[in-house]
Amino acid sequence: MASVGLTELSPAESGAEVGLRVQPRDPRLVPIAEKVVAGQRVSREDGIALFETDDLLAVGAMADLMNRRRNGDRVFYVANQHINPTNVCILHKVCVFCSYGVRPVAEDAYTMPLEQVYEEAEQARHSPTREFHIVGGLHPKLPLSYYTDMVRGLKERHPTIHVKALTAVEIAHLARVERSTTLDVLKALVDAGLDTMPGGGAEVFSPAVRASIADRKLVAEDWIQVHREAHQLGIPTNCTLLYGHVETYADRVDHILMLRDLQDETGGFSTFIPLAWHPDNTALGRSLDREGSRTGGVDDLKALAVGRILLDNFEHVKTHWIMVTTRLSQLALDFGVDDLEGTVVLEKVTHTAGADTPLGMDLDDIVRLIRDAGKRPVERDSLYNSLN
Amino acid sequence: MTQGAVLDRPISPVRPDEVEELTRLFDLPLLELGARASGRMREQSPDGNVSYILDRNINYTNVCITDCSFCAFYRRPGDGEAYVLSNEEIGAKIDEAREIGAVQILMQGGHNPYLRLEYYTDLLRFIKQEHPIHVHGFSASELDIIARVEKKSIPAVLAALMEAGLDSVPGAGAEILVDDVRTEIAKKKIGTDRWLDIHRAAHEGGLLTTATMMFGAGESRADRIEHMIRIRDLQAETGGFTAFIPWTLQPEGTDMAGAEEATATEYLKTVAVSRLVIGNIQNFQVSYVTQGPKVAQVALHFGCNDFGSLMMEENVVSATGIDFIMPKEEIVKLIEEAGYNAVSRYQDYSPVDPDLDWYCGCGVCRARKPA
Repeated sequence: MASVGLTELSPAESGAEVGLRVQPRDPRLVPIAEKVVAGQRVSREDGIALFETDDLLAVGAMADLMNRRRNGDRVFYVANQHINPTNVCILHKVCVFCSYGVRPVAEDAYTMPLEQVYEEAEQARHSPTREFHIVGGLHPKLPLSYYTDMVRGLKERHPTIHVKALTAVEIAHLARVERSTTLDVLKALVDAGLDTMPGGGAEVFSPAVRASIADRKLVAEDWIQVHREAHQLGIPTNCTLLYGHVETYADRVDHILMLRDLQDETGGFSTFIPLAWHPDNTALGRSLDREGSRTGGVDDLKALAVGRILLDNFEHVKTHWIMVTTRLSQLALDFGVDDLEGTVVLEKVTHTAGADTPLGMDLDDIVRLIRDAGKRPVERDSLYNSLN
Repeated sequence: MTQGAVLDRPISPVRPDEVEELTRLFDLPLLELGARASGRMREQSPDGNVSYILDRNINYTNVCITDCSFCAFYRRPGDGEAYVLSNEEIGAKIDEAREIGAVQILMQGGHNPYLRLEYYTDLLRFIKQEHPIHVHGFSASELDIIARVEKKSIPAVLAALMEAGLDSVPGAGAEILVDDVRTEIAKKKIGTDRWLDIHRAAHEGGLLTTATMMFGAGESRADRIEHMIRIRDLQAETGGFTAFIPWTLQPEGTDMAGAEEATATEYLKTVAVSRLVIGNIQNFQVSYVTQGPKVAQVALHFGCNDFGSLMMEENVVSATGIDFIMPKEEIVKLIEEAGYNAVSRYQDYSPVDPDLDWYCGCGVCRARKPA
């Protein structure tokens, strides 16, 4: 039997600071790895090569190095509660990748009166919840005041809980409903107590992809503009990439680079969150014959790792275990990820598309997953302040 | 109880310093461990192939007297849910499996003391005559109870089964091959030496076998290393193991419910360490039934080169509430997306020959073909 090579202890094991834990096997990755080690920005072509390669571990090692330089062995998590106020959505037919939105007269259509929102939010009172995550459909009738009242009401009842609410798509929709501007909508929400904005609705920015899966949804430039305005108002936001449907690797990279450009300009993004598409019960899943066939674990890890490598101006990359399973999310902590979505109470959107992950997760379980991966769990608030 | 000549050879003790040294592999960073293990895998399988087998599980009985605390499948004799399948039921299951292209059945069951050797030999002859297919069946602990009930030696039982149609032996029942651990989780099951003796006897009798390891059952990492060393040493002696198959205990529905399952990180580390420690086995199998398709796919970059079996009608792990059974197309897609060539195989790991004019292309089955 050949030696298992224990004499060549890795620097990590001997305690010294490390470079890349794995050297590239794919020669195409060698110059990219050199850039990463030297702290240089990688290019669009590099990004595509990182997706195309089958040298998964080398991609992971580059992302891991960038992550450890920024975050050390810390892994952040936050206890949050999802509130999905309505599933009525004027884009219910347009966004063929979604099974959540329905038309207003659909049998399963719902819109929560504010009292019901507050009632659901009461669950947070004697729990570790630090954040409300509020997203929903584009309701044709709900006015801006519904949302400002909601934010104000939640803040009154739960002054210490952070409100992260409304995607750029919902902001732009409210501006149309109110015949106002996105900037004014944002100002009204900030005035009501909005703290941060989630990163949903980005999908894939490529016009070709949007034409295929989300025609008439807010276009890339407008999505970016809403986030630019939020950043200018001092509202940190997240950003996402919905992968695993019809997009190409080049589409993914171009999307990530648009986020990088805005971050260069404003510095207002907190976290990048790749979202794995769930095909079940969606029109797109049926037409692609993909129902029951999720993204693979390798692709999930690559989406996270390549995002980490390209987004050299981001502090954080988050794995969304609701979509990729807790087991895969734990592995992601060695592939450049420093944020594990917290306990999530009452998630509805992904679960209507067939997610069979648990509806919530105990903080103890999250801490165990992080420790078991050899990392240090750090409970955070929405602004990444440590609560430990 | 007759245990046969195989017991005359002493089991070599495991050296504590070797266990200690190899256990330190677990301290390597996950990615580095993966790179070492997949480097070893590419040395051993340079063609970039990842194989899988189309087969069906047939659990001929759930009657069992062994009461393992990690098992949700078994029923005691006399239980209202106890069953033994008839030959006709088994034949019908084989026909269904062959319709989807299965090249073998994996036949395993409880330790049912009411079944005599004749039941097994009759069943095997019936299968080979009426529904011919490769029979991968009867793990060491089942062979043990047959031998004890019949008061026959293991080599004699194996010879009778092989003559009747048994083609290879699965590696189940190994759990952790450290007697202190076995006493905790499977007190009534055969001990380490007996498990190894039975596999040695199978190899010497011309049957290929696999070896499993069930971990996350409260054992230490050093216990896992000891298990790997035992397998490696027997392989050095016989060369009869085709594959090593590590999987994690699924506590739900068992007497160990509430125990914490080994995490995905621990699974990948264990898989990679086993590829490095057991350098003389060619194939390492992912356990997608326990890990789910995502982690199983990632394991192909941590030293595994086989996706295992289609698991049509898996009953044992699913009794714990885990249900990850996948169609062939999904397995092929996962292998190819991970960057490998997907190859359908026989039990001896040779590739399936679609033009073969016999039910199976493995060496044992080919030898059964009339001239």
